[in-house]
Amino acid sequence: MADRDLWISRSTLLRHALFTLVGLVLALAVCKAIDDAHAFEYVQIPAYACTAIGLTLLTGMSGQISLGQGAFMMVGAYTFALLWPKWTTDPNLTMIAAFACAMAVSAVFGALVGVAAARLRGPYLAGATLALAVGLPSITEYEHLSNHLKGNQGLSLPILVSPGFFSDTQWSLVVGVLCVIVLLFLTANLVRSRVGRSMRAVRDDEIAASLGGLSVPSVQVLAFVISAAWAGLGGALLALANSNASPNAFGLSVSLAVLAAVVIGGLGSLTGAVIGSIVVVMLNQTWAQDLASHLSISSAKVANNMYLVIYGVLLAVAMLIAPGGVMGILRRIFGFAVPRQRAAEQ
Amino acid sequence: MRTSRIRLMAGGIVLVLGAAACGGSSSGGGGGGSSNSGGASAPGVTSTTVTIGSTQPLTGPAAPGYSEIAPAANAYFQYINAAGGINGRKIIYKYVDDAYDPSKTVTQTKKLILQDKVFGIFNALGTPTHEQVIDFLNQSKVPDLFVASGCQCWDDPSGHPYTFGWQTDYVVEGKILGDYIKKHFPGKKIAYFYQDDDFGKDGVKGLDMEIPAGQVVTKQSYQVTNPNIAAQVQKIAASKADVVVSFTIPAFTALLKLNSLKVGFNPQLVVSNVGSDPLTLSGLLETYAKQGGATVKGNELIQGIITDAYLSTPGDPSNSWIQLFKKIHDQYDAKAPFDGNVLYGMAVAYTFAQALQAAGQNPTRDGIVAAVEKGIAQGPGTVPFRFSSSSHAGFEGAQIGTIKGTVIQLSGKPMTTDDGSGAVQEFTGTQPTAPSNGIPTG
Repeated sequence: MADRDLWISRSTLLRHALFTLVGLVLALAVCKAIDDAHAFEYVQIPAYACTAIGLTLLTGMSGQISLGQGAFMMVGAYTFALLWPKWTTDPNLTMIAAFACAMAVSAVFGALVGVAAARLRGPYLAGATLALAVGLPSITEYEHLSNHLKGNQGLSLPILVSPGFFSDTQWSLVVGVLCVIVLLFLTANLVRSRVGRSMRAVRDDEIAASLGGLSVPSVQVLAFVISAAWAGLGGALLALANSNASPNAFGLSVSLAVLAAVVIGGLGSLTGAVIGSIVVVMLNQTWAQDLASHLSISSAKVANNMYLVIYGVLLAVAMLIAPGGVMGILRRIFGFAVPRQRAAEQ
Repeated sequence: MRTSRIRLMAGGIVLVLGAAACGGSSSGGGGGGSSNSGGASAPGVTSTTVTIGSTQPLTGPAAPGYSEIAPAANAYFQYINAAGGINGRKIIYKYVDDAYDPSKTVTQTKKLILQDKVFGIFNALGTPTHEQVIDFLNQSKVPDLFVASGCQCWDDPSGHPYTFGWQTDYVVEGKILGDYIKKHFPGKKIAYFYQDDDFGKDGVKGLDMEIPAGQVVTKQSYQVTNPNIAAQVQKIAASKADVVVSFTIPAFTALLKLNSLKVGFNPQLVVSNVGSDPLTLSGLLETYAKQGGATVKGNELIQGIITDAYLSTPGDPSNSWIQLFKKIHDQYDAKAPFDGNVLYGMAVAYTFAQALQAAGQNPTRDGIVAAVEKGIAQGPGTVPFRFSSSSHAGFEGAQIGTIKGTVIQLSGKPMTTDDGSGAVQEFTGTQPTAPSNGIPTG
């Protein structure tokens, strides 16, 4: 039995590594093919994807809901924006260290929230994390901090300069895509590991899980910590994409967008989180505006908020017609992997 | 196990296909640029048109008042276009909304440069917003003309050679207001109320250069996103200030007035030019009071507010520039009130027409920058510009005025000064009259 487990886990790692490598090469080729005029629109996709992957782990695997991922993104973004511009050696190297710091600080924050969250269930947890998403951006106004965090104006970041081959704009996209691939690799392995099985056990039945010897609160806190770290990286990427970390960028609509991405893509599916992020960012960046101009909506107030309406409609449609999101529809059409999926996710 | 493989594979494929599909559309979308037709000398320029772009607060906290600026500038461009344009080219002005939100400005500006391929950015509005994109614009060598903000930061010819200010900067404005306060309110208690960003801080810097520190009893600031300023106003009221100097956008000038009214505090208000347009203020006061369940006569509340101006004001209807802009307003922008914002939009559009004229028959991005550095005539301003190869700062001074009725009445002479320790002194030159056809002659 022990031997079999070992063999499986080792092969899982190798298999994931292989696919990661293939994905890496393909992704780099695609980034190179996208011209600047469009690359800048896509740079936010990896930021949302990282956060959505974290939320997939939290909600899809461990069964806790969070409406406050934007707050974790903000912690990551500000950590990144405070550190990275100050380090003077090669920005492309220090960036990696700054990403790590952003994830670490966000993870610590996630642990604090997670301890409180482990005591809350359902709507109470939703409410608490919602309050976090609404409240945290105001911290930049706090008079003792506003000198360091620059209030509403936020912190400016220098433009990321490409080391060559890619244009600067393409390079921002490449960095983001690399981060997504690394997180996908880590998360896919985590989900298949003992930790992932513990999370699903806790999600499915807390009492049964604790009777089975699992510490329910520590599994739940761990899920919060990981999802916060992932969101921290997402926030750092968003700050990099905007050349700016400011409170408005991490308002409630970001938290809701991440939730929408996870539900639209298909709750519990990592691929779905990535697809959902593409949909959500493209809606926000271009599709909603295009739709508004097709419908000849001239009011900027309506056109600017169109994407929120569409998120809402998509969420409602997903819940009523396609609870499995895009991935659910794909599975239904192609019929692949159904039995195992059920075993793993229901 | 098979599941995970398929899921990962599908993930990779979808990621790649998604990006590829988006990339594929790029050749169609981006290739339609007009730069290939005859007469093109730069991106955004054809034989018959010049396309410029801008980010503006059409919605959000700075929209009241400021959302009138871009349509007014566009009205002036339409007037010019109807007369054949500049050097035979019509000006197409594409302004987009960033809601005064620094996190939105970057994407909107990149869209204008990379997708719409505009010739340059013109009069982009806001200190906290535009500061996020000046590095990108200068790195892309795109002219960034006449930013709609008085931040000192636009005047940096070596670091940001493509960026130019336009209006009097907030340090100069602070010095001129401070000089007036020093002379007219000696020994009185002065309080500051300012926006907590480079707009407000620059203003305070100028004020501090003139007003003796001993007279300043308190300095309170606000965040644009938080309209609840009761705490700050209470502190100012408790300081028993005789004069409150306010470096605020119109919405917060109105909130300051209403909150003061609530605690029975009625000091002399001195308000920065950008926050003192009478029609905008009285409208805002009435709207906010109504939201709070009260009724006020907005216009009565703003009488006697001291401010400053670097353009002629609608309070001087015999001025040739006011007559010109009123005529264009009535023809192309009649829906908006003829207030300071509309005047601002038309005046800055006039300066752009001057710059484009000076850039010659075949304008290039570097050419228009060089043309502005050679100097631009002051046009509708009451004081000259400072433009040169070593200065990218706009108007060099302003004139004190007081709100009377629905307009600002200017008094005394225009004053000029620098951003450093130079004295505030009277400007002795005179304003040129407007060209009879309303189009700059170069």
